[in-house]
Amino acid sequence: MTTEQVKDSGVRRGDVSGWSVRTIAGVITTVFVLFFLIPLGWLLLASTKTARGLIVDHPFAPGTLGGLAANWDQLFSFGDGEVTTWVGNSALYAVGALVITLVASIPAGYAMALTEFRFRRALLILTLVVMLIPNTALVLPIFLELNMVGLIGTPLSVILPMSFFPFGVYLTYIYFSTSIPRDLLAAARVDGCREFQVFTRIALPLAAPIVALVAFFSFVQSWNNFFLPFVMLPSSDGYPIQVGLTSLLASTPAFNPSSAGTQSIQLPTLALATVISVLPVLIVFLFAQRFLIAGMTAGGTKE
Amino acid sequence: MTAVEETARPVALLRRRPSPRPPRGSRSATSYGFVALYAALTVAFGILPSLYAVYLAFTTGEGSFAGFANFTKVIGDFRFLPAVGHVAFYLVIWLVSLVVLVTLLAVIVHAIRVRWLSSTLRLVFYLPGALAGASSVLLWLFVLDPTASPVGGLLRALGLSSFVQVIVPAHLPPIFAIIAFWAGAGGWIVIMYGALNNISPDVIEAARIDGAGTLQIAWRIQLPLLRKWISYMGIMSLAAGTQLFVEPQLLSQASNAVVPNDYSLNQLAYQYAFQQNDFNGAAAISLLLLVIALALSAFFVLRGGLFETD
Repeated sequence: MTTEQVKDSGVRRGDVSGWSVRTIAGVITTVFVLFFLIPLGWLLLASTKTARGLIVDHPFAPGTLGGLAANWDQLFSFGDGEVTTWVGNSALYAVGALVITLVASIPAGYAMALTEFRFRRALLILTLVVMLIPNTALVLPIFLELNMVGLIGTPLSVILPMSFFPFGVYLTYIYFSTSIPRDLLAAARVDGCREFQVFTRIALPLAAPIVALVAFFSFVQSWNNFFLPFVMLPSSDGYPIQVGLTSLLASTPAFNPSSAGTQSIQLPTLALATVISVLPVLIVFLFAQRFLIAGMTAGGTKE
Repeated sequence: MTAVEETARPVALLRRRPSPRPPRGSRSATSYGFVALYAALTVAFGILPSLYAVYLAFTTGEGSFAGFANFTKVIGDFRFLPAVGHVAFYLVIWLVSLVVLVTLLAVIVHAIRVRWLSSTLRLVFYLPGALAGASSVLLWLFVLDPTASPVGGLLRALGLSSFVQVIVPAHLPPIFAIIAFWAGAGGWIVIMYGALNNISPDVIEAARIDGAGTLQIAWRIQLPLLRKWISYMGIMSLAAGTQLFVEPQLLSQASNAVVPNDYSLNQLAYQYAFQQNDFNGAAAISLLLLVIALALSAFFVLRGGLFETD
């Protein structure tokens, strides 16, 4: 065998194994694309079908706009328009928590990054530890606490706990300590800015990206929160849509035969409710994905 | 816990340059003003509830000291050990599939040279993360009901022709694992992808020149360099997984209690608080779960080396 031949066979062997690796990778990827997409795509189609069509027609045959309208009517007439109330509640809780989160966490992250005070490091470590605790872990203790002060059932019982968002503080802390040149702040001080003005006139205008990122994560987390409102809000008037879904589920004869009655919900209507319950978040995910992924992987690219 | 939140956290995984020291400590009064509201929220919704739970867990309903009586009571409860078993079985399936599949998919997506394809795949994996909590469970109720399911043929091929057959107890841990994976894996894939981008191309190139194939590079170079991130994912998912609540809760409701409403530990704590009005028992279970979560999180913050505390 000449050197030429050895090299040749080596290359060919590499090609063959490379080819099979690529095929296997392709198959795996395809399987998982289907796994992730089929339920989503099907859900969107299901919300346009009739109850009969959902069972009889091909799963991926689209329904009609008329079907969608009928499901819409059924959904929003459920319990005298409760669904509208729930969506409104979700918006109220998520936006309320968002506002308080921003007011609390942007200055806090700034102070921890760029100023010195006692307990700074303690507060930072506490923030990290609490940030990594699953947020459901404190729900029952917070319930017991709020029960003691009589806040259960009020909007504040969900808005206030949601406003405690250590992850937002940590994001802000990282942003200010890496992106704002200290000289800029020092220059402002030399020019006679007081500490509060340094923050409002210099730091805050530069912080738009981090404000948006914290706002987004806070909104999504509050909108999707289930356990906290489920525990805090006993009356259905106060439900956000995520908890309202359980009421709809309880009124769906297909899953709960005892519920067949005047208030019953058909499967396609339940599918539409599911779509509506995630629509705001889904839209943000679709349109802000580049921005979000950049935020999520910031850690991975800056090392 | 929501998928978004879980995937969002590692944004913070920055290795920064050393934190610049503030010039003087004289401005601390304003600093206290800046952190005041956040500190108040931390006390009100982080520290106080934890302390109150500790107090309740060690006292009786009348407020007298109870020692470990509440703990022995809940652990001795006939529902406690089955709930631990359910959660543990679910965690094993979920964590193994998460670690293996997320790493595999991230390596595959990272190897794709075509930019639009790679970014589209990441979006496809990531998108289900928008559906968290009740919404994703509801969606999967449809998928698991053979009469309406888009994969009804597949379910019937597996010998499952009715919803009740699908949700027999033995199937539940894998079902919950599938739901959690569907909603949560994409965010982790994106994060692992970011971490892979971090590996210097020179290292990969050097290995290739030394004759390493795609598989060897993945196995010998990429995997070891991802280890920290994989353990981070594992620990965070373990802590979150112990909190299992919304999946069995909705399934219980949708199955007319074929799935019991005390399937998971968190559900059992909920039952104690709201069915039995035994806040002390509920606090004891919550405290056990909280200690697990706290221990995992503190361990990772102090030892993991992924977080910057300057």
